[in-house]
Amino acid sequence: MKITINNQEYQAKSGQTVLEVARENEIKIPTLCYSEHLSITGACRLCIVEIENGQLVPACATPVSEGMKIETDSEEVYEARKTVIDLLLSDHPLTCMTCEANGDCKLQDLAYEYGLEESSYGIKEAPRFEIQQENPFIVFDPDKCIICGKCVRADQELQCSMAIDFSERGFKTKVAAAFDEGLGGDESSCVFCGLCVENCPTGALKYKPAIRKGRDYDLRKERTTCPYCGVGCQLELQIKDNEVVKVASIYDKDSPNPAGEACVKGRFAYDYINHPDRLRKPLIKKDGEFVEVSWEEALNYTAERLQEIKEKDGPQALAGLSSAKCTNEENYLMQKFMRAVIGTNSVDHCARLCHASTVAGLARAFGSGAMTNSIAETADSDLFFIIGSNPTENHPVIGSMMKRALAKGTKLIVADPREIELSSWADVNIHQQPGSDVALVNAMINVIINEGLHDKEFIKERTINFDLIASTIEDYTPETAEKISGVPAEEIRKAARLYAKADRAAIYFAMGITQHKTGTDNVLALANLAMVTGNVGKKGAGVNPLRGQNNVQGACDLGALPNVYPGYQKVEDPAMQEKFAEAWGIEPDTENGLTVVEIFNEAGKDIKGIYIMGENPVLSDPDQNHIKQALEDLEFLVVQDIFMTETAEYADVVLPAASFAEKSGTFTNTERRIQLVNPAVESPGEAKPDWQIISMLASKMGYAMDYAHPAEIMAEIASLTPIYGGVYHGRLREKTLQWPCPDRRHAGTKFLHEGEFARGKGKFHPVTYLPPAEKVDADYDYIMMTGRMLYHFHTGTMTRRSAAINAQEADAYVEINCKDAKRLGIKENDRVKVTSRRGEVETYARVGDRVQPGQMFMPFHYAESPANRLTNPVLDEKAKIPELKVTAVKLEKIS
Amino acid sequence: MIKNKADLRQVVKDAEASVQSEGLRIMICAGTGCVSNGSLDVYAELLDQVSKLDLPISIELEGEKISDSNVTVKKSGCHGFCEKGPLVKFEPLGLLYTGVKVDDVQEIVEDTLQVGKLVNRLVYHSPTDQKEYPKEKDIPFYKTQQRIALANCGNIDPEDIDDYLGHGGYQSLEKVLFEMDAAQVCQEITDSGLRGRGGAGFPTGRKWEFARMADADQKYIIVNGDEGDPGAFMDRSVMEGDPHRVIEGVMIGAYATGASKGYIYVRAEYPLAVKRLQKAIADAEKAGLLGENILGSGFDFDLQVKEGAGAFVCGEETALIASIEGDRGMPRPKPPFPAQSGLWGKPTNINNVETLANIPIIIEKGSEWFNMIGQPNSTGTKTFAITGDIANTGLIEIPMGVTLREVIYEIGGGIKDGKEFKAVQMGGPSGGTLTSEHLDLKLDFDSLQEVGAMVGSGGMVVMDEDTCMVEVARFFLSFTQQESCGKCTPCRVGTRRMLDILERITAGEGQPGDVEKLTHLGEQIKKTSLCALGKTAPNPVLTTTQYFRDEYEAHIEDKKCPARQCEDLATSYKIDPEICIGCGLCKKECPVAAITGEIKQKHEIDPEICIACGACEKVCPVDAIS
Repeated sequence: MKITINNQEYQAKSGQTVLEVARENEIKIPTLCYSEHLSITGACRLCIVEIENGQLVPACATPVSEGMKIETDSEEVYEARKTVIDLLLSDHPLTCMTCEANGDCKLQDLAYEYGLEESSYGIKEAPRFEIQQENPFIVFDPDKCIICGKCVRADQELQCSMAIDFSERGFKTKVAAAFDEGLGGDESSCVFCGLCVENCPTGALKYKPAIRKGRDYDLRKERTTCPYCGVGCQLELQIKDNEVVKVASIYDKDSPNPAGEACVKGRFAYDYINHPDRLRKPLIKKDGEFVEVSWEEALNYTAERLQEIKEKDGPQALAGLSSAKCTNEENYLMQKFMRAVIGTNSVDHCARLCHASTVAGLARAFGSGAMTNSIAETADSDLFFIIGSNPTENHPVIGSMMKRALAKGTKLIVADPREIELSSWADVNIHQQPGSDVALVNAMINVIINEGLHDKEFIKERTINFDLIASTIEDYTPETAEKISGVPAEEIRKAARLYAKADRAAIYFAMGITQHKTGTDNVLALANLAMVTGNVGKKGAGVNPLRGQNNVQGACDLGALPNVYPGYQKVEDPAMQEKFAEAWGIEPDTENGLTVVEIFNEAGKDIKGIYIMGENPVLSDPDQNHIKQALEDLEFLVVQDIFMTETAEYADVVLPAASFAEKSGTFTNTERRIQLVNPAVESPGEAKPDWQIISMLASKMGYAMDYAHPAEIMAEIASLTPIYGGVYHGRLREKTLQWPCPDRRHAGTKFLHEGEFARGKGKFHPVTYLPPAEKVDADYDYIMMTGRMLYHFHTGTMTRRSAAINAQEADAYVEINCKDAKRLGIKENDRVKVTSRRGEVETYARVGDRVQPGQMFMPFHYAESPANRLTNPVLDEKAKIPELKVTAVKLEKIS
Repeated sequence: MIKNKADLRQVVKDAEASVQSEGLRIMICAGTGCVSNGSLDVYAELLDQVSKLDLPISIELEGEKISDSNVTVKKSGCHGFCEKGPLVKFEPLGLLYTGVKVDDVQEIVEDTLQVGKLVNRLVYHSPTDQKEYPKEKDIPFYKTQQRIALANCGNIDPEDIDDYLGHGGYQSLEKVLFEMDAAQVCQEITDSGLRGRGGAGFPTGRKWEFARMADADQKYIIVNGDEGDPGAFMDRSVMEGDPHRVIEGVMIGAYATGASKGYIYVRAEYPLAVKRLQKAIADAEKAGLLGENILGSGFDFDLQVKEGAGAFVCGEETALIASIEGDRGMPRPKPPFPAQSGLWGKPTNINNVETLANIPIIIEKGSEWFNMIGQPNSTGTKTFAITGDIANTGLIEIPMGVTLREVIYEIGGGIKDGKEFKAVQMGGPSGGTLTSEHLDLKLDFDSLQEVGAMVGSGGMVVMDEDTCMVEVARFFLSFTQQESCGKCTPCRVGTRRMLDILERITAGEGQPGDVEKLTHLGEQIKKTSLCALGKTAPNPVLTTTQYFRDEYEAHIEDKKCPARQCEDLATSYKIDPEICIGCGLCKKECPVAAITGEIKQKHEIDPEICIACGACEKVCPVDAIS
């Protein structure tokens, strides 16, 4: 349709608002309460425009109609806008001198534009409210608030934490958290994602750690990818004097967080970058003490020692641990170093401890181990089946996107031994016994087939081996599964029917499924469930492993695994051996290497030396005492990290590395999206990016690695890795890409297996229930699970060095059920001792009903109370992942 | 259980017969006003004493003979004449006793019911013509009224569905279900010219037609019973006094618009209305008049009461919808209009209680009949709640087009204490102020709008000569400011700034230019606010600055409140010694003995003692006091 704005004709589409058409055509209309990411509220009345008959209407809330005539700059409009600004100023402190928002305040800009030095309705002299800052993250000054409501809508519509709303009425209206207790109050559901601060147009909401660290015009800004979980949020680091002082939002449709979302870690846990504990110089252990040395000395010494072992015991006596925290380019170099320079396939990384079973299972069933769908497709699903995953804490941005979908009617099944936040949103809420997943999922398939709810056509056209599972699952009636899992048979039926009847059902899972002796079977069972109902290969439907580390997907993709070269090209395949031998000019190791847990099992035996880049197995791997012993048994250990970690303490050489904020490269997120990492600050001391360190070490060992920039490494990756064939830094600067992206013209792939599975036909694998390795007995009478919590990350090297995060969440704890606590006389915050067959840990008790009676949950972030001192290193045969989720323990109160 | 037309016919027949057999009906008003004056005790006492009577009775009363009659004692809804409550009415005689107390009951039973003698002190005595009016219909308060929406209020027992059925209830529903399709119902209402009684006066039939045309799997209808204007209580009276009429009206609306689910949104401050509606809904459900396949017609309808939480703004339809959805009651921008996207995003039709109370009778008597009442563009009747400095406060229903003068001087019995009429606030706190120059204005939608006021809810606050109009504007604005939802800037901050100015004017700190500031800001708020609350909030200020500008100027320039209402501007009186004749009248009148002086000597006022009541000024025969 045609409309006229300021006497000029424009094309407009039905359904557009006046504001949208004006902005498309670069006609300026000021707004305060409008955001394209939020619902229209029409509150501030600043975008007033004049339509025919002199009526004033808000441009943001007025749809265009054929032949509409609009004036955006008439005298009436000017007067109306000026009055609105005048009124807002009359209730706004004129303290721009000291205001954090000075230079980045919409109200200030408007006052300037309309020449209002002060309000004609008087000056606000005394504050009407108290500043609220009883939390480590966000300061709220209601006197600076203009009640635009963007924070409230961001909280309710995007983050969905329902932490704030308006309270009071009339002129007394204000934004408040529950019971006026502030965001940090006991009843507050705020998760400190910072979206409210990002959306605030004035200085009312500000980041507490950034106060007086610099105002907008003082700050340099750099876009990069978040270093925490696998969501891969795009963030804007704001820097002053080589210090990251704030993390702001990036708004990019082509990103996993298009509305600028983040979580408390991405937003606030950045101060580790400039932490005084950062390693600044290479260290060599001399007479039991670390001594600072030059790079030359450190590299020469390391090269010599590695060379010595290689010559003495052969290349297979050395192993490398790559890092899910490092870039794709660095992971590629690390595996290349181990394979080309050392000559062994024994390179692995912590994916072994998280999604090895996923990769093993999904590769068998579908032909690809990655998340089948994109994060944005949470909006397209009719149902989520979340099993063994706690998205709102571990993948918070995905968690909030799920909540958005749930609020719009998407159905939800949650199966988790614990009552997680999303349990309360679920249509069917299941608490299965830890390790009973195969029985549960098989029983769902049993119901689906017996009730004829399976997708016969999909099964026929797209899959093989259906008959095998059809006969296996006959034994798994809901009643049988009830006996194993403790889930009432009727709930299993409800879940099965709900899942099968959804048009687009998406499974989401994480460590609750994978970290079991039967991890691969668990994953295969889920793949069976998806295929039986045809819920894979289409938008919003699929099987989605949520990856836990920023680049765990990339580290796997780039071959930091003992059985595959980059791009999952098998090391035992002669064609691949030939391909890489030629490309790298080497004689390849032709057998699969050792996995993480196997490497430590062989330490001091077949393995004499380990090169660890950015990993902390002392805290992250099962059975800590065993790991410590293994490290001590080594002849030579080199650790390359940004901090002196619990693992680095055991090293002979420690090499200081650059953090994500100090280097270039790429991370691949959980939805296979490859995104740039950009340098924002200089590294402390002599710390260097990992890719440079590996290159220098390789050169010292006589293998030339001459890369001027990670972009060159990515070009080499593209030439050797079909799924990354079209991935180049130059392209990524324009647009992020999701693999498979085989060539430069390919736009990337949003969801996998459309029309055909990566392996051709989807393959059913019959799986049967096997109980976990450890059972409770008279001595060890509780089952303990481990995992993560919202505020901390992994082994805590980063988050526990963040002042704000630590102020919020300082201490280790174990969650126990109130019934057990009552029986044992344990109260909240009591010191307790948790003992397993491998060790004991003291920690604080957290009493409640998140865990079921007889079960416990312990986060593994804490060096002083290391959960992994207790865990069981028993492995899944197929994927070599340890059973971190089921440990038999006993619990005692320390008096 | 009424399952079909035939069942309904039978039930109606039984109910009518039961009404016929009731004989002498004694109706005790159980509206909120009379209840708070003790009418329920009167009811209990009457019930008790009547039960001891030898029945049937046979008396002659007011020239009418009542022979061999039973006596039925019933509670009724509001009669409207709240000033004189508790009211007790005797039907079919039409006899009305006013101001009845428990102690009067014995006399009523002994004299009136047994002997046929009037209890004279309970008969209405008109202060204007000094006459006694035993019959309700003769009382000037009722004489010009035409009760359509309120027809049953005061005449039937609101808690008895059979009483409603016996008075023609649910027959219009039957008519639409079996004789009309939805489009015909919309057309009939459009033809009737009925306009929304909630304030804006939008044609009801057209509103229904929009909702009817909307295509959706689910539609809703909402009854807006969030009557928030101070002094307005017509919706409350209908809900309390004739709840089944509201239910029947909303059911016809639901049928016409295709809604299968309805809500009656009532403010929680109306507990009696909530209780009676809930009982009426339960009774209707039990009778089979609500629920699935009503009367076997295939029409399904569920209805429930939703209590508001005390926000004035929830009378605004989008805020009301937000409130039902469980959100904070804040208006949302329109478009989309509720007829397109309302409750839970579904097409929703919202009508005011009084509007719906008119529906059954329009269906029963036809649009042509309705068109004959009122004015061409404002058909039918309108209820008004008259309060303030007027003799007969209460609830009235008059045909559209009756003049303000008739309402104030005939129905209302004129200004209290023989004072002069000064102004009337029409249509609640966001309406406008009218003055004596508007006394011959016809009360209808368009005439009121032309002079800057509105029918609004029908609240009418009458003010006498002692009223300060600046204070009136300040009072009403302080109400709307407090009740602003706080969402849009002009309403939230703008009304506060207008109030600031008014407060300083009434405090004697007004500045030159304040009136211009008020009118400029008021105009801006009207033009740019999000919802009707903000768009109308400045009305009392804009109309008073227009009609009583001199009062504003007296406050600002002379620091005087001509009505002597503004305490901060109260200065003591002075006697001009040049004029004083020493008559001593002022000294006699002064309530605080502030005046000294001998007869035929100049008198003086002690400013320390004077309370500026103005009594002396009024009695001075030579205007020496000011």
